[in-house]
Amino acid sequence: MADAGQTLDRVFRDEYGRIIATLIRIGGSFDLAEEALQEAFASAAKHWKEDGPPQNPGAWLTTVGHRKLLDAIRREKTRTEKEPELQYEAERLQDSGETTLIDETAVYSDDRLCLVFTCCHPSLSREAQVALTLRTLGGLTTGEIARAFIMPEPTMAQRLVRAKSKIRLARIPYEVPALELLGERLVAVQAVLYLIFNEGYAATTGDNLVRTDLSAEAIRLTRVLCELMPHEPENFGLLALMLLQDSRRAARVNDRGELMILEEQDRSTWDHNKIEEGIRLVERVLGRGFVGNYQIQAAIAAVHAEARTAAETDWPQIVALYQELKRINGSPIVALNHAVAVAMSGDITCGLALIDKANAARRLEHYYLYHASRADLLRRLDRKREAMTAYQRAIALATNQVEQQYLRRRLLEVTETLQ
Amino acid sequence: MKYILLIYQDEKRWSAIDAGEQQKIYAEFGKLRERLVADGQYLDGSQLQLATTASNIRIRDGKEFVTDGPFAETHEQLGGYFLIEVNSATDAIAIAKQIPIARTGTVEVRALVDRAAEAHA
Repeated sequence: MADAGQTLDRVFRDEYGRIIATLIRIGGSFDLAEEALQEAFASAAKHWKEDGPPQNPGAWLTTVGHRKLLDAIRREKTRTEKEPELQYEAERLQDSGETTLIDETAVYSDDRLCLVFTCCHPSLSREAQVALTLRTLGGLTTGEIARAFIMPEPTMAQRLVRAKSKIRLARIPYEVPALELLGERLVAVQAVLYLIFNEGYAATTGDNLVRTDLSAEAIRLTRVLCELMPHEPENFGLLALMLLQDSRRAARVNDRGELMILEEQDRSTWDHNKIEEGIRLVERVLGRGFVGNYQIQAAIAAVHAEARTAAETDWPQIVALYQELKRINGSPIVALNHAVAVAMSGDITCGLALIDKANAARRLEHYYLYHASRADLLRRLDRKREAMTAYQRAIALATNQVEQQYLRRRLLEVTETLQ
Repeated sequence: MKYILLIYQDEKRWSAIDAGEQQKIYAEFGKLRERLVADGQYLDGSQLQLATTASNIRIRDGKEFVTDGPFAETHEQLGGYFLIEVNSATDAIAIAKQIPIARTGTVEVRALVDRAAEAHA
């Protein structure tokens, strides 16, 4: 017999989003669904320990959660009906249709797609979207989310309360958007997931470069999105991009905690399972016609992953992919990356000219990687004094201590050769 | 003449008032509404949900932007309105003074553009 505690942990990770989505649909309330599911888990902890875990733990929890939810709705209705100004809240609570308990063997519909679109609704701020997605779909506790974003727990709790009350009071719908809006709404969902990934991959604050949990969570949620919308190639592009970047996680920081750029990384520490899966996904979606942002970025990451040494990197192909990306994405950061690829393919002078062109509208002035990349090319061109100034600018702008350390190390190297 | 009375106040301040006090203010609103209805001046009115539930929509160059808002730095938020029909601005202002929030927030009195009257002029 499987250990009850372990089963419960696994079920919590795998099934939380699915069960909460169903309970929200049935009850029409995020808060009541959360409470009911918490009670169901508490009940599972007690019963499974005594009787062993049930055949289908997810269904067991859904059924018990459903029962707890119905109790809560009844209590809530009695309470709100007594207070006239809360009456419309009582209307919101839906208990008419599904009062009969669905039995444990029933197959529940998957409501997670509604949930993800509600959590990433455009009238919620991006911070609220991220927090709500992690809380509901990912099942992370408020404390865990607060720690991941280095924020006091009450602040994060407040953010979640606000977001949930906005969903309730502004009547943000619980549904998959209509076809004509689906494209743009999906872009928002993907952006939220990628933001979560990046927050875990290159933490913007603090002295820890990598916060593994958030990246792993983003990958898990993106897998769910792929499963729910298997005909959207960009979902797979996003998943591939995350896997390929994540494959280099261990190599990004050396044993002294210093940042290792792609060129310096020990490629034997790259995670080959993730690389294989990422490349397979890239090859699969690139053949499907529509080529989006994430797919091209994933293709670029795949080219890097395929090179056994930095010197073997197929830079001309990367330049070509960045050119393609520039066509569909006018961001100066893409232009900057294109310029760096040109320099890496051998033409440093041209690369430097393109970097300056990328910042022609001064939109990269406060972006530390612009100055860091410039510094790097100036160093290679032996324009040491200019390189030093650029490194200093980059150090002043970098917020992550590990990245600052890397830049200082470079600055020191240039300074030493000058003397 | 139609006027809209826009009622602004600091929501934080409103939330900080105890429930008994809020009830008193709601009752005052109720009496005012009854008087306006009796005098044939009331057209419409409502309290609004908190500004934290608002969405802002902007369309620029054919691109739609839906955002959270309004922004936190504004001190007073639109919290409700009355739509009234009176003879003059003097009457509208007199009614605005009876709105309880005038004592703690701001009531903005705005005449509506009357297309029908303009067409006759």
